[in-house]
Amino acid sequence: MIEAILLTIITAATPLVIAAMGELVTERAGVLNLGVEGMMIMGAVCAFAGAYLTGVPSLGLLTGILGGALFSLLFAFLTLTLVANQVATGLALTLLGLGVSGQLGEGFVGIPGVKLQPIIVPLLSDIPVLGPLLFRQDLTFYLSIALVVGVSWFLFRSRAGLKLRAIGDSHGSAHALGIGVIRTRYLAVMFGGACAGLAGAQLSLVYTPQWVENMAAGRGWIALALVVFASWRPWRVLIGGYIFGAVGILQLHAQAFGIGVPSQFLSMLPYAVTIVVLIIISHNRRTTLINTPACLGKPFVPDR
Amino acid sequence: MRIELERRASASGLFAIVSPLLALALTLGFGALMFWLLGKDPGHALYSFFIEPLLEVWSLHELAIKAGPLILIAVGLAVCYRSNNWNIGAEGQFTIGAITGSILPILVPQWHSPMVLPLMLVMGAIGGALFAAIPALLKTRFNTNEILVSLMLVYIAQLFLDWLVRGPWRDPKGFNFPQSISFAPEAVLPEMLESGRAHFGVVFALVAALCVWFMMRFMLKGFEVSVLGRSERAGRFAGFSARRMVWFSMMLSGGLAGLAGISEVSGSIGHLQPSISPGYGFTAIIVAFLGRLNPLGIIASGFVLALTYLGGEAAQLSIGISDKVTRVFQGLLLFFVLSCDTLILYRVRVIFGAGSLPATRSSS
Repeated sequence: MIEAILLTIITAATPLVIAAMGELVTERAGVLNLGVEGMMIMGAVCAFAGAYLTGVPSLGLLTGILGGALFSLLFAFLTLTLVANQVATGLALTLLGLGVSGQLGEGFVGIPGVKLQPIIVPLLSDIPVLGPLLFRQDLTFYLSIALVVGVSWFLFRSRAGLKLRAIGDSHGSAHALGIGVIRTRYLAVMFGGACAGLAGAQLSLVYTPQWVENMAAGRGWIALALVVFASWRPWRVLIGGYIFGAVGILQLHAQAFGIGVPSQFLSMLPYAVTIVVLIIISHNRRTTLINTPACLGKPFVPDR
Repeated sequence: MRIELERRASASGLFAIVSPLLALALTLGFGALMFWLLGKDPGHALYSFFIEPLLEVWSLHELAIKAGPLILIAVGLAVCYRSNNWNIGAEGQFTIGAITGSILPILVPQWHSPMVLPLMLVMGAIGGALFAAIPALLKTRFNTNEILVSLMLVYIAQLFLDWLVRGPWRDPKGFNFPQSISFAPEAVLPEMLESGRAHFGVVFALVAALCVWFMMRFMLKGFEVSVLGRSERAGRFAGFSARRMVWFSMMLSGGLAGLAGISEVSGSIGHLQPSISPGYGFTAIIVAFLGRLNPLGIIASGFVLALTYLGGEAAQLSIGISDKVTRVFQGLLLFFVLSCDTLILYRVRVIFGAGSLPATRSSS
């Protein structure tokens, strides 16, 4: 029973961790992309379509990533090339994503999808308790862990990561040093889009292998909150993702268990917890300011 | 190919007017392309989407019904965005306004008095304002991000409404449908004209837009909004408080959204049900930007966006396209509005080939 719950928590946390890791890199580069929800739902519909039409779920994963990344290019073009307001453009991305995915997915409603099969790691998966939990998972779970390790190595141990953080903290100085601010930000936004797309693919190929309109159900926004929660540190995203995943799942189990609280109030829990967590994290203004990339959300126009 | 921006010496007045129109034209162009891809005749599709709904009296009434809440919410949001406060939870404030405004007709249906309707409207506005006060309080007190908080509250508000109409407020004689009792006649917002359903909600919207326009244009408060929005520091020197502005703008927009909510429920629907809004709170964000955050512009853009809702319904019937097209159109429109706005502040130059950068780096 406990093991089953832990398994579902992992499945629920994985898309949050993946999407938040992408957004973390984007924000570290100084770009605030509020379109995570939109990119996620585009990833979900593209992944479903890819898997359904080819019959190969891993190809679905790929189309999901591509869908998210291409969709994020729209945001990048508007905010980086045309210096449009990042907040408004992010909202536009979400609204457009919800519309386009609904339109694209119209024919997929009610069709059973293709499920991504778990990868069973030989030997390790035979370890009692831990084995099935950690080594009989879907590809997306391994990717989420790899992302945390990879991103944290990239940001804090590599030269390119140092440049990316420099751009997020002071785009003017980075530009003066000859670092390609706009180009790096394009890549960062697209990385965020690819991750959101992958997170969406996890939803429509693993979590509930089908297409339901609006199936991201606010997870993109929770991923955004997660980045704030993690104060822009990769490992904290992992921890936060599992806390949020656990709240979402335990809420479902509580509903099934039939405790006296109406189901709607239990369904509110993930959102309420997000607010509470934001309060706890943000109430110390000084530490928030230290951790936030200094140029987050500020437009950059190179002077020529 | 590269795109370069050059800052204009001053904002272009011409493009301030042209850019929303350009955005509309581009949206129509892409819409035509989309219809063509869907295998429909683009001309006919656009005609039935955007023109046909304007040709009949009853659908003009529907247009006013849908434009009302959009304008009402967008006018409040414009004040918020101008002051650099990002309330994107208007959908939730709309929902809570509808609930608090419905307390009287649902809990005391036996009270027949001309006072009922005005009280309902006031309670709706207060409910919306109080709900928007939550992100304002958290922002001023704990420094939380109002974007995320107001959005999370949307989900909470919708679940709360769902619980109400399936639980305590369910109509016992409603054949188990998840809806409240129908409002008594004195709790229904009356129709304006004999010819159709349009109720006084659209009048509230126009009045609110004019009031806010007057405030922004002629009153100190309006000046305060734009100064604090441009630079909090400059505002502090002028003695304006950014903290109080958070409260003011959030509660104003929440109050108007709440008023829109109760107007919609009492004017168009007549009872509470699990879903009372086709995303008005989010579409109003587009309305606000398309109207260039100016209340008068918002009146015009409110009708444009209302038309996309009607067109979506019409297109479903006449050319067999799903009403999801509406959302696509709305999203596209916001995209083009935002990108065309660049033209106001910048001159855009497209440079073909690998233009040399250092040569143009002159003293400036």
